[in-house]
Amino acid sequence: MMRFAACATYMALLYGFIFLPVGVLALFSFQDGRFPIPPFQGFSLRWHAEVLGDADLIAALLNSLMVAFASSAMAVTLGFLAARAVATGRLPRAKAISAALTAPLSVSYLVIGLGLLASFNLMGQSLSLATVAVGHIVINTPLCFAICAAAIGPAQQSAERAARDLGASELRVMWLVTAPMILPALLAAFLLSVTFSWDEFIIAFLLSRFDVTLPVEIWSLLRSGLNPKTNAVGSLVFMLSAIAVLGVELATMRRK
Amino acid sequence: MSKTLTIEGRDRRRALALAAPALLWTLVFFALPFGVMAVLSLWQRTDQGLEAAWTLANYAKFASSPAYLQAALNSLEITVVVTVLSVALAYPLAWIIAVELPAKYRRLALALAVVPFWTSYVVRSYAWSLVLAKRGVLNGWLGDLGLPLMDLANSRAATVIGFTHFFTMLLTLTIYASLVQLPPNLRRAAADLGAGPVQIFRFIVWPLALPGVMVGAFLTFALCIGDYVTPQILGGGNDLALPQLVMLQIGRRADLPMAAALSIVLMAAVTLAYIAMARWMKEPSK
Repeated sequence: MMRFAACATYMALLYGFIFLPVGVLALFSFQDGRFPIPPFQGFSLRWHAEVLGDADLIAALLNSLMVAFASSAMAVTLGFLAARAVATGRLPRAKAISAALTAPLSVSYLVIGLGLLASFNLMGQSLSLATVAVGHIVINTPLCFAICAAAIGPAQQSAERAARDLGASELRVMWLVTAPMILPALLAAFLLSVTFSWDEFIIAFLLSRFDVTLPVEIWSLLRSGLNPKTNAVGSLVFMLSAIAVLGVELATMRRK
Repeated sequence: MSKTLTIEGRDRRRALALAAPALLWTLVFFALPFGVMAVLSLWQRTDQGLEAAWTLANYAKFASSPAYLQAALNSLEITVVVTVLSVALAYPLAWIIAVELPAKYRRLALALAVVPFWTSYVVRSYAWSLVLAKRGVLNGWLGDLGLPLMDLANSRAATVIGFTHFFTMLLTLTIYASLVQLPPNLRRAAADLGAGPVQIFRFIVWPLALPGVMVGAFLTFALCIGDYVTPQILGGGNDLALPQLVMLQIGRRADLPMAAALSIVLMAAVTLAYIAMARWMKEPSK
């Protein structure tokens, strides 16, 4: 009983700590006043309406979605192809190649972004959403590669061999055998990189100029200090992610 | 014989062709930019632009400037405190979820523990500034209870709280993953042999789960020391961390070579931490 009480108390305290900022954020996004600080003056949707009516924020949101989906599609493709190459067992220096492909995981985003910024500067390449996507592919390809490589096991390899013996071309093997067999891993890799790209700030900040992604737009909103509108953006992003997570959860439950 | 050789050669070429796009991408957009940074850190910014000076002056400036060294020290202190605090907070929670909680509630408990991940990273730090503001929620509560108010906004304490919040969530996941893998039989066997709860934890659970915990701690260290957003939003402008200093170079001062040199110092710190962890993991006594 003592043990149960101790566990329950600790859980309550920690969950309180974990939820505190998000709860405060959400509550004061409904603040009927100019400042998101106590006292709570009553329920108003005006800040949410203001966010949805803000063309810059909506544009940034669409930019973010575009960058996230495009860069993740590319990262999954690159990662999947490389994982297949390693899985064939025929790749010379497979260990070194795997290490090289996962190296970006160990370098901070700030350094990756700065390196790309300097290189683009020297090349005379102007900054855009495309350069942001390039950066996001760099950080997400290692992840997709690792997830796909872990998913291709002996079962997949023998099915591939069988298909090849029956005369399937390499492309058909990949498209009709390997990809369907590791579909859950491909999906997981894709969704994880969408999440990372969607929420990534520093690379997007360094590598964008006129069109920006949502985190960068929110960053510029922060300069106005404490503002219920920022709360509303945060709450709306929260809701969007919650819907996405529940959607994925329901979709995977149906598959079972 | 010659036929198998050519088939092998063909298979190799095919495997290389599959790996080539990812390798090329990593080379062009990761390795090369990194080289550019390393080279740039040896250059100088002058009034005319960048000059290929080939000098260690930027590093010398870092090593001799009290302000820069202070920023590095700030970063190191914040990161160490955050890593220790986060492990200390997350470990018991991960333990409760992995061991004490009935199995059917585990998924839910884990999902709840990372709910704040759903909002944007930038917004999470902002949310803490709401809580810690002078007239914010925390001081509202303290005032209601008749306790002295705390001025935490724009301070190192705020940075540490924001970071600890994020990494406690992250570490709960990673520590849970290593705790849940331990076979319960080990604990039962130890109990049968007369070990008390403290001994079981000290001699069975702690050492077996330690590698997973260390990997999580290293991850925390690496992510924390390289983060610009949290200290910038919560820490205010006085007590700079290293990433803030890097961003200052490219923003106000447009000194890309100095920014490059500072980034390489940052990377060196992470690499040292990694080497320390890897060596520690290899030690046979562990």
